[in-house]
Amino acid sequence: MKAAVIVFPGSNCDRDAADALTWVTGRPPAMVWHTSNELPNVDLIVIPGGFTHGDYLRVGAMAATAPIMGEVFRAGIRGVPVLGICNGFQILCETRLLPGALMRNASLNFICREVNLKIETTATPFTRSYPDGALVRLPIAHHDGNFFADEETLNRLEGEGRVVFRYVDKAGKRVPAANPNGSRNNIAGIANAAGNVLGLMPHPERAIDPATGGTDGTALFAGLHEALR
Amino acid sequence: MTGSPQITMEMVRQHGLSDDEYGFVTNTLGREPSLTELGIFSVMWSEHCSYKSSKVWLKTLPTAGPQVICGPGENAGIVDIGDGQCAIFKMESHNHPSYIEPYQGAATGVGGIMRDVFTMGARPVANLNALRFGAPEHPKTRHLVAGVVAGIGGYGNCVGIPTVGGEVGFDAAYNGNILVNAMCVGVASTDKIFYAAASGVGNPVVYVGSKTGRDGIHGATMASAEFDDATDEKRPTVQVGDPFTEKLLLEACLELMEEDAIIGIQDMGAAGLTSSSVEMADKGGVGIALDLDKVPQREIGMTAYEMMLSESQERMLMVLRPGREVDAAAIFEKWGLDFAVIGKTTDTGRLVVHHNGDLKADIPLHALGDGAPEYDRPWVEPKLAQALNIDTVPPPDSLLGALETMMGAPDLASRAWIWSQYDRTIGGDTVSPPGGDAAVVRVHGTAKGLAMSVDVTPRYCFADPREGGKQAVAECWRNITATGALPLALTDCLNFGNPERPQIMGQFAAAVTGMGEAARALAFPVVSGNVSLYNETNGEAILPTPSIGGVGLLTDIAMRCDIALKSDGDTLILIGPDGSHLGCSLYLKIIEGRGDGAPPRVDLHGEKIAGDFIRILIGEGAVNAVHDISDGGLLVAVAEMALAGNIGADIRFTNKEIASFIQAFGEDQGRYVVGVPDGGAHKVLAAARAVGVPVRLLGLAGGTELKVTGEMPISLQGLRDAHQTWLPDYMAGAQA
Amino acid sequence: MKAVVKIRLKSGVLDPQGKATQNALEALGFSGVNGVRQGKIIEIELEGTDAGAAREDVDRMAQALLANSVIESYEIEIDGQ
Repeated sequence: MKAAVIVFPGSNCDRDAADALTWVTGRPPAMVWHTSNELPNVDLIVIPGGFTHGDYLRVGAMAATAPIMGEVFRAGIRGVPVLGICNGFQILCETRLLPGALMRNASLNFICREVNLKIETTATPFTRSYPDGALVRLPIAHHDGNFFADEETLNRLEGEGRVVFRYVDKAGKRVPAANPNGSRNNIAGIANAAGNVLGLMPHPERAIDPATGGTDGTALFAGLHEALR
Repeated sequence: MTGSPQITMEMVRQHGLSDDEYGFVTNTLGREPSLTELGIFSVMWSEHCSYKSSKVWLKTLPTAGPQVICGPGENAGIVDIGDGQCAIFKMESHNHPSYIEPYQGAATGVGGIMRDVFTMGARPVANLNALRFGAPEHPKTRHLVAGVVAGIGGYGNCVGIPTVGGEVGFDAAYNGNILVNAMCVGVASTDKIFYAAASGVGNPVVYVGSKTGRDGIHGATMASAEFDDATDEKRPTVQVGDPFTEKLLLEACLELMEEDAIIGIQDMGAAGLTSSSVEMADKGGVGIALDLDKVPQREIGMTAYEMMLSESQERMLMVLRPGREVDAAAIFEKWGLDFAVIGKTTDTGRLVVHHNGDLKADIPLHALGDGAPEYDRPWVEPKLAQALNIDTVPPPDSLLGALETMMGAPDLASRAWIWSQYDRTIGGDTVSPPGGDAAVVRVHGTAKGLAMSVDVTPRYCFADPREGGKQAVAECWRNITATGALPLALTDCLNFGNPERPQIMGQFAAAVTGMGEAARALAFPVVSGNVSLYNETNGEAILPTPSIGGVGLLTDIAMRCDIALKSDGDTLILIGPDGSHLGCSLYLKIIEGRGDGAPPRVDLHGEKIAGDFIRILIGEGAVNAVHDISDGGLLVAVAEMALAGNIGADIRFTNKEIASFIQAFGEDQGRYVVGVPDGGAHKVLAAARAVGVPVRLLGLAGGTELKVTGEMPISLQGLRDAHQTWLPDYMAGAQA
Repeated sequence: MKAVVKIRLKSGVLDPQGKATQNALEALGFSGVNGVRQGKIIEIELEGTDAGAAREDVDRMAQALLANSVIESYEIEIDGQ
């Protein structure tokens, strides 16, 4: 699998994403600067977390207008897997590769902690290595992870099985107390209709090492590697 | 000097210079200073930049050791961590700005300390902080906590450096003067360390980063108003932090540092362009000439005075090797940052400043640097608190009831509400996050780890500054030790009241003396630090608060320990003497509402052998949980271990000579609780006796309750609720 | 010319900041606060003198970047109009 990590001014999880990809695939991904007009020929595009352009106007808004994002958009439409983590998810929503928007957390505070998640579908290249309905623990670290979409969009996402990650309690139940940020329907991550574009607020790349954050994120990268070998 | 007003004594006073100091200025120059020069002398001779009241005492601290690469005097201290790598770290205060505007004050404090670290070539890997707020019931406290915490998080999270540890205290003595001490730790290659010293003649002096505005100019309102009548609404406010620009500056500087282009580099922190240019030139023994027309400016019509004194954030000054300007400029352009050659090094030994073609300042550098005033201020021996008469302290109805009350009190309640707002896991190297003894962060790409902790017990320092100074250093050393790491060196942030009062100077002198004794005895030298004086309101000083930030090295993170109990049946053992000392304790404060008594004495010899023994136990894998005993005493330590591991414990107090509650809550120093896997207890007890460390069997881990012989057990869940409720409930009051 | 773009969350989108501010106002004793919505104002200095053309330009800016139509609505003022 050949992967590219898109780097914007203010990206700060680019190294973590690159490390995870290197560890799983055995080769470092291409790091692509935001002003580039060309994407290398890759099997996977990762948009990492961070505070691109300081997120000063609106989270992800300015990064979404970067020259490289036109290429990412076209690649996503073509079916190239695109993974947006945290700020990357926000950017994918701003580019409209994914529906909805990420708003300020309901608590108004930045939240960094581990959350329980249910993998609602394994029919994506990102989740194919997880058992059906798997419960996992991944870290979140964000100020704007409150997923919003209108009723019609939500119904479509739910109906088409495009909610991929959902905040749940330890027993796997979708309850308000398990929702860290006020997201509609406890949504933590969604895919596009074709299933090749995934955005999620939790950080799988921080959960690949038992010494630092558990290993529940490993299967996401390993699954991609297998699917795109 | 062209266009400068006549300097009056009123202006001199407003610039904080004494008559004697002003006499020194005119003698040095052989004439009256210009307003710009007065401003430059004022900031360089300020307590903050010159350490004029504290230097005489700071010189007594130990600063050397085989592990020390660079001690105090640079942007940050440096210790060797093996394999051609070093840790670069420092702590600094941002107290006053954080009281005025908590979000921006705290944020810019974090930004400033990170620049001190990456200026030297290190990539920051961890932020820590020590915070002191006023009494919870004080009307400003909640607002200040919310703002400071959001500011620390807002800045560090955005730059992408994990905030992994710290401590937070509440006391009415901080009602009018909160303390925000920020520490940053970075890692660099020992062959790529960058110092501040300029050298050579005719080398370009380069300004990079954000543009200069009228941020945080102190000086004198009246003087500036005379200087420019139209300044009314231009008056500076608090500095505003821009973490996005900091992130770009970090990446751009580290990218340039990969090239062989930089001779010297210095962050523009307090006193901005003035202190950075003076320090670089003075350290390198050269002169420096600046043309302020070249300085990137955010506002129109800025004067030389304003530019030299501006504290706009996220700026750096560098001296480059000649001919490297174009390459360097390209890097900063890529990152969207300003880059301007604003002057050159000279052989005059003077700071020469031009603006609009006019000479605005011409000062011999020595007078601003090493030649700055230094005072041995009068001081008196601190009045020490009387020892506690233990007969006046009644035992509690139940130990576990008292424990539950203490665990839910502001002093000991969980800080999770605070650290859950800090990104602790970014970077993928955070091994032990907040909530334990020291935080542990892996050195990226290696098996090594840095253990870091920030400590001080201000109520001890007030009751006996010398013992308090010793205790702060010892507790930091102990916290690092409890992870299995070898403590390497410390940075300090010395927060005190007005040094012109002999009582305060006495506190300072005694605390520094105690710190020095402990640092020597524990081979834990001081490599960097900061002094914050004049922390008082209406003549009421804060508690003396010498915050100690320590860094230690784990050669293999696999061989580390944390505080969590691991499994049912593990044996709990006390390493160190039984609890016997309740003076100044949290038990006394929380349960009896008293703050009297002398603090516990620190037996540095006992401290050292107990700590060295603990490190051996961890290294041999003989223990699976270690927690130092500090605030609240033994029973609090056991409760914290039980909560962290979600495993109960059953313990008893077997010393017949000392009342159980004193054994439970005494805050005697140099002690740890260890968890020993099944069957290993005998060996640990024997080994301790062999090296002369007192030990006592406490009981067993297991179950879902905390049990003390002869009492009704309490459930861990109940204890957890008590521990976790106070802070979120208190902060929710902000919106009620 | 000066354009002012006022951006606020669409009605129907929960505004936690506005809600918190409302609670705080009530806690301070201001009664009769029925609702608070928080938004932002962006001021843009423009070349040219044609207000109509400016409004069209700023409208395109708002759609392209300044506002997110999924959650936000906006109004444009040119030189106070």
